[in-house]
Amino acid sequence: MPRPSEPARRRTERIHRFSGAERWIHRSTAALTGLCAGTAACLYLPALAELVGRRHLLVTVHVWSGLLLVVPFLLGLASSAFRADLRRLGRFGPHDRVWLRAALRRDRVTRRPAGKFNAGQKVYAGWLAGAVLVMAGTGMLMWWTGLVPLVRRTAATFVHDWLALTMGVVLAAHIGKALADPEARRGLRTGSVDRGWAEREHPLWRHGRPGPAERGEPADADRAPAGSA
Amino acid sequence: MSPTPAAEPAPQPPPDPDPDPDGQGTPIGRRLVLGTVGLGAAGLVTAPYLQGGFEAFLGAASTKDPTGLTGLLPNGGGFRYYSVTASVPERGPENYRLTVDGLVDRPMTYTLDALRALPQTRVVRDVQCVTGWRVPGTPFEGVPLTRLLDAAGVRPEARAIRFSCFDGAYTESLTLPQARRDDVMVALRMQDKPLSHSHGGPVRLYVAPMYFYKSAKWLSGITLTRDVEPGYWEDLGYDVDAWVGRSNGRDDAPTV
Repeated sequence: MPRPSEPARRRTERIHRFSGAERWIHRSTAALTGLCAGTAACLYLPALAELVGRRHLLVTVHVWSGLLLVVPFLLGLASSAFRADLRRLGRFGPHDRVWLRAALRRDRVTRRPAGKFNAGQKVYAGWLAGAVLVMAGTGMLMWWTGLVPLVRRTAATFVHDWLALTMGVVLAAHIGKALADPEARRGLRTGSVDRGWAEREHPLWRHGRPGPAERGEPADADRAPAGSA
Repeated sequence: MSPTPAAEPAPQPPPDPDPDPDGQGTPIGRRLVLGTVGLGAAGLVTAPYLQGGFEAFLGAASTKDPTGLTGLLPNGGGFRYYSVTASVPERGPENYRLTVDGLVDRPMTYTLDALRALPQTRVVRDVQCVTGWRVPGTPFEGVPLTRLLDAAGVRPEARAIRFSCFDGAYTESLTLPQARRDDVMVALRMQDKPLSHSHGGPVRLYVAPMYFYKSAKWLSGITLTRDVEPGYWEDLGYDVDAWVGRSNGRDDAPTV
């Protein structure tokens, strides 16, 4: 694969990809996730637990960073650009099926068509949103011990532990993908991306245009709550 | 039910149709969110059945696992290290001291050698932590607590004991009748080895019938008091009378 920054002649041509609000949402969510996963590791991995100690402090930071994780998302709903991108993430068109099929078969020949977000990013976003809700729910069952009578707490611990492990793997993959694509990272850092990159990675993305929610199309008014939870 | 556009075969990538393809199509994102939440709920319901199988499998695997990686998995078996402070000093035969004071006739101070010279008892029970992990059949050896109490001479007005630790923060408590049980000891050995630092060595409390937070690590002080003074975790909401299976909202099998 050619390196994303190779079309040097077009390097100057930048395309707007993320608004300031969106970059702030991603940054604060990433920071809270790091805090939550980091304290989790120190509570859970014996070697780190022995090194760090301070169990009560770690539990407090873990619980609050986890609960606050949804706040940037909720505040972000005030931004129309964010709502438009949520809608893009939530809706799957026929081209997403082509993308997923090629990705699952590790088929590097077939073109993988994508809009502003590719199907992998969409699946990641949806799954992660659900997983965060499950972690919050099971976490609350474990923390507010009076919430449910007895047995459910052990079950909640079981789900919380195994899902945490799964999320660790998925987050590592997410970070790995980002590390492999400097232009994608630049998009979230500066808000704009190289035109050649956009045309190669996201050929169906109509970057000149406002998104569907920004247009406020009446045809879609019945589906108003953009994206999903 | 809305018809799924992709039910028909879509061999060629869409030729950039004029309507923006982004933001159109099936709301699969919403289904992914709800589906994941649903799976989580299903996990909650089936956990009691799944967990036994997982524990048996991982417990067996951990005994044959030279890498120790199974110990990192949930329910992978073995002890977990919990400390409430940033670091705990190491103490050995030269600088370890255990004091018995408070409402006693003869306050006492023991060195490690003095404790080792006393008659020892041995108890083999499961260890159950209030966070869920359990280690089966773990031998503890040490001096019965009641023997140290008798040596100091408990005054009649004493009804409880407060334990303190040389990590500088942890405390625990027992009533006098609880402390006089023969499966409550000042432990010097665990799993037929001297107690290591990470397991609370050189000396820890061992209260066989209760959740393991009662078995204070790095024990350094035994103080007889008039009433029970709740310990570190008990101030943070855990039960003072921490019988396994009958406290903290849990129903584990009793260890005794």
